[in-house]
Amino acid sequence: MHRSSEVKHVASYLNTRGCECFGQPCESHCPVLTDRTIHVQLKTFIKIRVKPDRTGVVTDGVKHSMNPFCEIAVEEAIKLKEKKLVKEVVAVSCGPQQVQETIRTALAMGADRGIHVEVSGKDYETLGPLQVSKIFAALAKKEQADLIILGKQAIDDDCNQTGQMIAALLDWPQGTFASEMTLEADKMKVVREVDGGLETIKIKLPAVVTADLRLNTPRYATLPNIMKAKKKKIANVKPADLGVDVCSRLEVLKVDEPPQRQAGVKVETVDDLVGKLKEAGRV
Amino acid sequence: MFFLRSSQLIQHRYVHSRGLGASPANPGAAPPRLPFSRVTQEVLAFFRTLLPGRTITDPDLLKSSNVDWLKTVEGNSEVLLRPKTTEEVSQILRHCSERNLAVCPQGGNTGLVGGSVPVFDEIILSTSLMNQVITFDNISGILTCQAGCVLENLSNYLEERDFIMPLDLGAKGSCHIGGNVSTNAGGLRLLRYGSLRGTVLGLEVVLADGRILKCLATLRKDNTGYDLKQLFIGSEGTLGVITAVSILCPRKPKAVNVAFLGCSSFQQLLETFQYCRGMLGEILSAFEFLDASCMSLLEKHLKLTNPITESPFYIVIETAGSNATHDEEKLHQFLEEVMTSSLVTDGTVATEATKIKALWSLRERVTEALTHEGYTYKYDISLPVEKIYDLVQDMRGHLGDMAKNVVGYGHVGDGNLHLNITSPSKDPALLAAIEPYVYEWTSEWKGSISAEHGLGLKKRNYIYYSKPSEAVALMGSIKAMLDPKGILNPYKTLPDNIH
Repeated sequence: MHRSSEVKHVASYLNTRGCECFGQPCESHCPVLTDRTIHVQLKTFIKIRVKPDRTGVVTDGVKHSMNPFCEIAVEEAIKLKEKKLVKEVVAVSCGPQQVQETIRTALAMGADRGIHVEVSGKDYETLGPLQVSKIFAALAKKEQADLIILGKQAIDDDCNQTGQMIAALLDWPQGTFASEMTLEADKMKVVREVDGGLETIKIKLPAVVTADLRLNTPRYATLPNIMKAKKKKIANVKPADLGVDVCSRLEVLKVDEPPQRQAGVKVETVDDLVGKLKEAGRV
Repeated sequence: MFFLRSSQLIQHRYVHSRGLGASPANPGAAPPRLPFSRVTQEVLAFFRTLLPGRTITDPDLLKSSNVDWLKTVEGNSEVLLRPKTTEEVSQILRHCSERNLAVCPQGGNTGLVGGSVPVFDEIILSTSLMNQVITFDNISGILTCQAGCVLENLSNYLEERDFIMPLDLGAKGSCHIGGNVSTNAGGLRLLRYGSLRGTVLGLEVVLADGRILKCLATLRKDNTGYDLKQLFIGSEGTLGVITAVSILCPRKPKAVNVAFLGCSSFQQLLETFQYCRGMLGEILSAFEFLDASCMSLLEKHLKLTNPITESPFYIVIETAGSNATHDEEKLHQFLEEVMTSSLVTDGTVATEATKIKALWSLRERVTEALTHEGYTYKYDISLPVEKIYDLVQDMRGHLGDMAKNVVGYGHVGDGNLHLNITSPSKDPALLAAIEPYVYEWTSEWKGSISAEHGLGLKKRNYIYYSKPSEAVALMGSIKAMLDPKGILNPYKTLPDNIH
């Protein structure tokens, strides 16, 4: 399908702050995520520790990787490119030097080039959806993007705000929690996963879409593509260059671990059980 | 000489047939019951006093301890004992020795050769309540613990302290370290950290007559006299019951990478291994393979996806090191080399924990996928590395249509093949075609008929394919010396004709 104007995607993803939980009930060692509905896939691999001063979690030495929902977003972007519905896929991430690795992963999956928005140190610790969405809005204008796809939320802070804020700042339509997206001429049909079921909407481009779990299954980056990705370009940009102030308007008061789950007690006989129940005042 | 005790009808489910007693046609079947005493009310009373609430006689509770993991062997024990301390184990064995009662030590019951379940009415001695870590020294990395600690729990304990266990296997969620040591378990990390014979520093063992052998040294080097622990490692519970282990643990690697590669021939796979050894060197921690048949079973039964293009062979390579940048550079150089020289046709790499787990499951879950195909005949063979796949191809040709699947996978880096053959149900004709052909083939190439699974019940009579008779005779003498009444795990490990 031929398109007269150049269509670019700007897919974004945020580095997780270390939690590998994705898929099944998460156990108590994920302190920032107490009332969650996200689940641990097989078992958690990283023990999350709250910093002694209770201002956050320990991120030193914790391996960071692409947010799973953002991975789904990257996959969707590449699928659109493979269908020749879009011309170029640009992968963007905001953060310190390490995020380049995550951008490379997107390039290995098939993105054409990357943009690394450098934010480090204290600024990175307080970086949140509002600042990121401002950065994206500025980049979208600069790159003249037609479509922005991102993960619905980051699994470390569970904010679910960035996509929506970008759309508001740009005054673009948004299709959030997408489990299906189809390009129809200059409109995007998006099937959204909502509490009541599935909602289908049609939004005009340029637009923002956020990816939900069932949108697709991300591909593995194969070796030939990993090799090719090394030669793809990653441009370096600072928030100031985009006219964005990354100062945070939020102050974290405290971070606590969820209360420890009490271990169960095993008893050998029915008499023991009755005895223990009596002790606990339950019988 | 086969007979059935008329006073008690004992149901035995043997590996190969419903017959009683091993014969040339059924070397894996159990021999007739030896004249051990039977458990009486008096004996039960003794155990109930010694282990209150931990003497199990309920047949429903005993059921799972009487059957092996593969559900191919079933015993008829009426008593399951759960000691908590070495002293209790000692008293149990002293009592059993005095009364000539047979004992079957049992850990996680995950063994694959029928060595962990009773054959008749042997008393089951379970280590499941001996699950305490005794000490851990985070400078030397030496861990001492009771024999009933589950391997995965030990791994979790160590990981919090920045160490790991030197062994890892698919059964980690259930197997006990005592069982691992008594079977000299191999596993996925042997290539990097060596076998338990090197990493186990000391053992505490209770002998058949109840004497406690305290050799639980935590020393890296100790050349004072004969190294007795080596006798018990791999003895499959027939020379003594291991009650505590001290083991040297490596530091947890800071960077782990897994590469999943496809090769179009076994020869290229072996050349890839050479490159691996040369270019990855000290960071290589695992080199495993599986064939295309394994992949299609994984896709069919477990709905796993092949991350790369279809190939005749797949390799799982793991690197583990202390510096991510250094390791990734080496890995990428290696991958570039094998890709450009076309040794490898496709591949993918994972550095992130969930992806690593997903790639490893393609190798670790083959055993599970096979269980969905009906009855599996399992062979765990050590061979010269270049001959490994020849055996698989030869078996395919030899068995023809008789077998539904003939698959090969395993620790190719260690020269260890897991040959698995399936048929919709147990088939004596198929078995007769497989055995002893597979053992003769192995013996011809001076291989081992049991690389890491041990002999247990099923393979005890095949020992001569891999060991000379003088060696086996000497094993018999050692057994007679340490367990003169033969009460420890009878009918296992040593061949029937040794008695």
